[in-house]
Amino acid sequence: MEKKNILIFGVLAVGLILIMQLFNLQILKKEYKITAENNAYKYVTRYPVRGLILDRNNNILVGNKNTYDIMVTPIEVKEFDTLDFCSIFGLDTLEVRERFKEYRKYRRRIGYQSLTFLKQVSSIQYSIFIEKAYKFKGFSAVSRTSRNYPFAAGANLFGYVTEVDQKFLKNNPEYRSGDYVGASGLEKSYEHLLKGEKGYSILLRDVHNRIQSSFEDGAYDKAAVPGQDIVSTIDGYLQQYGEELMKNKVGSLVAIEPSTGEILALISSPGIDIEQLASINKHYKEIASDPYKPMFNRAVMSSYPPGSVFKLVNGLIGLQEGVITPSTRYNCSMGYHYGNRKLGCHAHPSPTDLTQSIMMSCNAYYCYTFRAILENRKYDNIGEAFNNWKEMVMSFGFGRKLGSDFPAELGGTLPSTSTYDKIHGKNRWKANSVISLSIGQGEIGATPLHLANLAATLANRGYYYIPHLVKDSPGHSIDARFKEKNYTLVDTTHFHKVIEGMYQAVNAAPGTGGTARLAHVPGLEICGKTGTAQNPHGKDNAVFICFAPRENPRIAIAAYIENAGFGGTWAAPIASLMVEKYLTGEITRKDLEKRMKDANLIQYVPVKRRR
Amino acid sequence: MGEYKFGKMDIPLVVSWLLLIFIGWVNIFASIYSEEHSSIFDMSQRYGMQFIWIITAMVLAVCILYVLNPKIYSVLSPPIYFFVCILLVAVIFLGKEVNGSNSWFRFGPVSFQPAEISKISTSLFLAHLMSKYSFKLSRPRDAISVALAILVPMAIIVMEKETGSALVYCGFIFLLYREGLSGWFLIFGILSIVLFVVTLAVSPLAALIILFVLSGIVNGIYTRRLWLHLAILIPVATLLGFLPAIMNAVAPEFPVEVEYMALVLMAIPVIFSIVKFSGKRMKHLKFLITGFICSIILVFSVQFIFNNILQHHQRERIENLLGIKEDLMGAGYNVHQSKIAIGSGGFTGKGFLNGTQTKFDFVPEQSTDFIFCTVGEEWGFIGSVLVVGIYIFLITRLIVLSERQKDRFTRIYGYCVASCFFMHFFINIGMTMGLVPVIGIPLPLLSYGGSSLWSFTILLFIFIKLDMERWRY
Repeated sequence: MEKKNILIFGVLAVGLILIMQLFNLQILKKEYKITAENNAYKYVTRYPVRGLILDRNNNILVGNKNTYDIMVTPIEVKEFDTLDFCSIFGLDTLEVRERFKEYRKYRRRIGYQSLTFLKQVSSIQYSIFIEKAYKFKGFSAVSRTSRNYPFAAGANLFGYVTEVDQKFLKNNPEYRSGDYVGASGLEKSYEHLLKGEKGYSILLRDVHNRIQSSFEDGAYDKAAVPGQDIVSTIDGYLQQYGEELMKNKVGSLVAIEPSTGEILALISSPGIDIEQLASINKHYKEIASDPYKPMFNRAVMSSYPPGSVFKLVNGLIGLQEGVITPSTRYNCSMGYHYGNRKLGCHAHPSPTDLTQSIMMSCNAYYCYTFRAILENRKYDNIGEAFNNWKEMVMSFGFGRKLGSDFPAELGGTLPSTSTYDKIHGKNRWKANSVISLSIGQGEIGATPLHLANLAATLANRGYYYIPHLVKDSPGHSIDARFKEKNYTLVDTTHFHKVIEGMYQAVNAAPGTGGTARLAHVPGLEICGKTGTAQNPHGKDNAVFICFAPRENPRIAIAAYIENAGFGGTWAAPIASLMVEKYLTGEITRKDLEKRMKDANLIQYVPVKRRR
Repeated sequence: MGEYKFGKMDIPLVVSWLLLIFIGWVNIFASIYSEEHSSIFDMSQRYGMQFIWIITAMVLAVCILYVLNPKIYSVLSPPIYFFVCILLVAVIFLGKEVNGSNSWFRFGPVSFQPAEISKISTSLFLAHLMSKYSFKLSRPRDAISVALAILVPMAIIVMEKETGSALVYCGFIFLLYREGLSGWFLIFGILSIVLFVVTLAVSPLAALIILFVLSGIVNGIYTRRLWLHLAILIPVATLLGFLPAIMNAVAPEFPVEVEYMALVLMAIPVIFSIVKFSGKRMKHLKFLITGFICSIILVFSVQFIFNNILQHHQRERIENLLGIKEDLMGAGYNVHQSKIAIGSGGFTGKGFLNGTQTKFDFVPEQSTDFIFCTVGEEWGFIGSVLVVGIYIFLITRLIVLSERQKDRFTRIYGYCVASCFFMHFFINIGMTMGLVPVIGIPLPLLSYGGSSLWSFTILLFIFIKLDMERWRY
């Protein structure tokens, strides 16, 4: 065949294909057959119900409640009683009139579209509206769900859900305007599971664009697929209890199950008021201008000096490097003296061995230890020794993001040799220049999550699982990284040596100098370490980490309370109450509990007033 | 003007052109119409603007027919081509962004798209290159220069993120085929599309089986042993088809994917036939084997191309077309609404200005890329077939006229015009009916827009003029 004819034949064939498809669409297909009366489709989106967030015992932490959006189709709106309408929803008549002026102005662009007039109207208002709906032509209601929180706790943890904005839509084309999306916390991390899948109903309109009926009785509708539930590692009751304890205090509580890395409770105080979480847009301004920054999740974002709890790390590194042994003793005369300067300490029996140094939290002991680490002959110079120390510290998770499934986790800070080269000049610094690191002060910053992870690492005698907030559930298995043991660079054989000191700190007989006596609960064998970290703004921060029981620990906790004073006075009892609550389910020390709950420590927190 | 006395304008082409722009104008009016609007000449509306474009296009047509000397086209085509290429690059940096692509220049109230003119300049330049006395497509040097002439503007347009417009250049393969390219390339092109679609929509294994059977049949025809080939092909293909089920039953944990096992099984008869027939200097075998290997590579890289090279929206559109993912409120919305609009037209249509799908703005871009919806809804099957028929007539007429040229330049140019019209026509109407993924290119002469109307008018009328001159050679 001539090439010309082949080409003409091809063109004719394509024409035939197009005509066949025309025939198919216009004459054969029933879906597109519409009578003269009902001749336009309207697709109404059916929104899915978001997945639930359950706690570790399958109690509902985050549920759903019915609300309604009031929609308006401006072109269909007839004159109506504005006053009556406003009284249903508690609106301002002027504002409503203003809105309609705007609709009038943009009527071309709006055309026959329906717009959202009011969001998240309660069921009560909805039922009143439905009764009177005949008076308000052009208005209709669409059922949406919004979140509710049976435990009334965990606002910062769960995060909030909000309607997508233009910026988000631009980056996420699979969303449509009007959709909801998790904007922070777990709602954001697990958006892909929680969101579900939208569906639609097909309705028919008549020539006047009035909706007549459901098309083919819904045969071509698509039902919405509800979001998947996720099971979190949180213990709802513990979370709730922790928030009660932290009322009127600024700080964090983080509890981890050491044997799995599962986070049992994660409290940042003051947090977002859970009552406001579901309708956060209404309260956003108020929350954002709160001087205590409730949106800021201190537990994973705030980088604090760890204070004396960091002595545990230095002690372990000293043991690993062989510069101390459990029986090494150092003198302490109210502090560590170097040159004509002094790093002070409190009054306690001297000299101390390793166990006593932890139990009584001796500063001098760790200055000597830290100096021995940095001046170790094994290394050519202090820089090398420092880098080795830093590597070991990082193996505990400090100075980097742990990699939890919480979206806003930050990594804290650790200094490097160049930090000090910059401050003191290259090679012009010695162990004594950086001595505050020995007691967890200075250029080091850790989040409460880091400290809780340290407690879990100690509980496990040398390894940790990356702390995480979600468990395996049917249909979702967590990332493999959460199931790996992460060993520190310190041999596991050294850990029992410092744990003895932690045990003594809590359980030593009264009067022997244990710093965490207030955390003592008979029978629970809590092992802990207090810390009192200097805060340049106001009183010291109170710190405490602990785990319990001593053998096969079930819970590890870090408590960090800003401007509260001694760790032993405030942080230790609060953490121990959490342990008691989790392990026994009830509190024996009612007086202590009341004192902690009632304490108002927020008054000591200096607040920068922004004006 | 005595020198033009032999020139007779081709009336059927001009009538088709007039019909199409008129149908376009009426439907643009209908697609925007609502009770509030008054006159079709209202300049604040698109149909008013389109009226201006139509008048100016007519002036252009008259200029081309009676003012410009047709000899300039061949002479000026290289500088015009290079100038347009520079414009194409410049617009990336200087143009304004419209719907995510950087392909529009804006001068005051008027915007224009260099990619539209580039169709003309490339066609002229191709005609110039290929009509040279010494030109032979089979000579590597000439083949490369032709390939470059097509690929350079195409690549720049892809960089402008106007992938749709770039796709039109694939149509030049029909011209190349007419001018001596082996038909194998056309077959291979169609085969790649089939394999791509089958791999995505069914499975890589299915694509491999189709490839295997087709090559076997071709080899059978060429070696005149079709029955023997079928006798081997049918059982092997059946076995391959059941391979996943067999593997599932026998050894579900077997570590090798079925596709690779199929490849090994297929290799046996293929190697056998290569050994058996290669001695006989079968020219087709060279093509067949190259095509076969390329196709296998294609099948195995489809997932990669799809996931890594295509952009998100392109992926979504293809997924929607093939029914892999249905998202009628999202990526599939346009096409679904467009199918409803066309389908609701029925046999006779709802009548002028009575299209409700149209009136209530269900179909976005209705006056530009989706203008055919309005035709389908308001004029029904009859009207749609008429429009399709006019295009088919126009394109075949272009081919027939090209063939009667004595001058190679005019013939080649005519084929270029036919190719451009064909690609736009097929992709656009195919898209509105869900046969082709959504590719935003206009329907020639019907869609709203000055750039497009002008460029197709110029494209067409240069050919009409050249055709008038054919007696002079």
